Amino acid sequence: MNDFTLVLKNLFRKKLRAILLLFSILSAFLIFGALGSFYKVFTAGVEVAAADRLIAVNKINFTVSLPLAYVNRVRSIEGVRNASHASWFGGYYQDPRKQVQTFAIEADTYLEAYSELVMPDEQRKAFMETRDCLLTGADLVDQYGWKLGDTVPINSNIWQKRDGSSVWEFTICAIFDGDKETVPANYLMFHYDYYNEDLAFNRDQAGWIILNSANPAMNDDISKQIDALFANSRAETKTSTESAFNKAFLKQMGNIGLILSSVIGAAFATILMIVGTTMVMAVSERTKEIAVMKTLGFRTGRIFRMVLSESLLLALLGGLIGLGIAWALVDLAIGPALAGFLPGMGMTADVALIAIGLMLALGLITGILPALKAMNVTIVDALSKN
Amino acid sequence: MSNTEPLYVLRGLSKQYSRGKETIPIFSGLDMEIAHGEFIAIMGPSGSGKTTLLNQLGGIDSPTTGEVTFDGKRIDNLGQGALAKWRSDNVGFIFQFYNLMPTLTAAQNVELPLLLSPVKGSERKKRVATALEIVGIGDRAKHYPRQLSGGQQQRVAIARAIVADPKVLLCDEPTGDLDRTSADEVLEMLQLLNTKMGKTIIMVTHDPAAAKYAKTELFLDKGKFIKRGGKK
Repeated sequence: MNDFTLVLKNLFRKKLRAILLLFSILSAFLIFGALGSFYKVFTAGVEVAAADRLIAVNKINFTVSLPLAYVNRVRSIEGVRNASHASWFGGYYQDPRKQVQTFAIEADTYLEAYSELVMPDEQRKAFMETRDCLLTGADLVDQYGWKLGDTVPINSNIWQKRDGSSVWEFTICAIFDGDKETVPANYLMFHYDYYNEDLAFNRDQAGWIILNSANPAMNDDISKQIDALFANSRAETKTSTESAFNKAFLKQMGNIGLILSSVIGAAFATILMIVGTTMVMAVSERTKEIAVMKTLGFRTGRIFRMVLSESLLLALLGGLIGLGIAWALVDLAIGPALAGFLPGMGMTADVALIAIGLMLALGLITGILPALKAMNVTIVDALSKN
Repeated sequence: MSNTEPLYVLRGLSKQYSRGKETIPIFSGLDMEIAHGEFIAIMGPSGSGKTTLLNQLGGIDSPTTGEVTFDGKRIDNLGQGALAKWRSDNVGFIFQFYNLMPTLTAAQNVELPLLLSPVKGSERKKRVATALEIVGIGDRAKHYPRQLSGGQQQRVAIARAIVADPKVLLCDEPTGDLDRTSADEVLEMLQLLNTKMGKTIIMVTHDPAAAKYAKTELFLDKGKFIKRGGKK
């Protein structure tokens, strides 16, 4: 027997209470693990943003196009190493409910700008040389069972051809993937020219301009120059780093970070109160036993540590089980199911580390008061309460 | 320190409690010496200060004034940490309501004081087994307190008190919660620990029959020893 045995015995002296407490903590960390992983993957775009990449969009809104001619004018600005453009196609496959992120791009400059998109050389060559090639994300290939050579019709819910149709037919001639797990590979790209030449309206317009600066230190200066260049025109621009653009994009969808923090915060505040109150009650119930231990010669510091260890053990035990279940859910069930929509979904090391930090904080916060209470038990007073 | 010197020396011991502005004296100017190997029963009416005195002897309460010397060393002026160490080294406590840990088995309860000593695991097990054998409940080692009778629980408490081989056993109404037969068994055991193992025993009791087992009977009333009796 040692101090740990005593801590364990005290923790599980009332099994039902201990199990309910463990379940409460488990639930909080299950929520944290799952939502934290979701948040990480949702904001992955911000994290994978390259430092030298800037995005110029229409100042009104990023859904309003810019004249295609802007791209060449941007290229002429000092410090711009590469400039490309992309347009939102609003695509779906077969059924409007099967939405697929699809972009019309200027192929060579776009792939230079997004060097993290990788594919075999022969497929890259095929994409460059084939007008109707569909550069397909690896996740979509898995999701729809597509393969190289397949002909795939993609509908647009925005654009129409001059013949009134809104279907563009493509051939899958290249499949790309990200060079890292966090790089999304769940969308489609095709040649801008192939789409632009058939457009019934909005021809020679680009959705947004992507550019690489020669040096990230020049980003601010380049942004100002671009926006100044198109100031007072029919389509003014707003240029920012890709990271800032992605953050702003996410913000338009709602402050997801705030929503998640509120849910997690509410769960933790509740758990904190439940566990804290229960620990104080649990220590009050055994005031006399603590007095006996002190009588036998256990020092106050040791008793303090034992009670604190009890709440830490409770938090770690419940928390790790909850985190384990969250990991199993996210990595083995939800992640594969949402691979097409949220690629690379899984529990990252930093989510796990933050969770462990929270477990320790929870254990310390809920344990400090009962530990102090235990430490300050007066032997004579406690033993006289027979 | 030779055994001819008293184990305890109390000089001018006073204890008073404050209740608001009121001061309640428990005893004052108490002088006393207790020799090694004594078995003293302290008797007296409720509120006479028996338990308070026992608490001073056990270092779990400090006197308002006066000195308590144990084995030549003053303990009344020790800090909480030093007193805790002194208690674990020198004193075994036996309470009226046994005060066993309900979550621990009999053996684990007995082992508890040994967690405060450098005694290693295997040696600890031997000492626990010996202590339980001495009190006659070696076969109940794995039982929890709720599975034992009152008498058996008090035997476990006695085993816990002697396992670390203290010099003195302080017993507060050790038979107060037991029937006559169990009480006599416990008292015989204390007597045995005193006569055969040389433990100094100081016992507070209301029960004159229990006090008869002691070598010395002291009667405390209104904070003063008013009568001394017994076999010695």
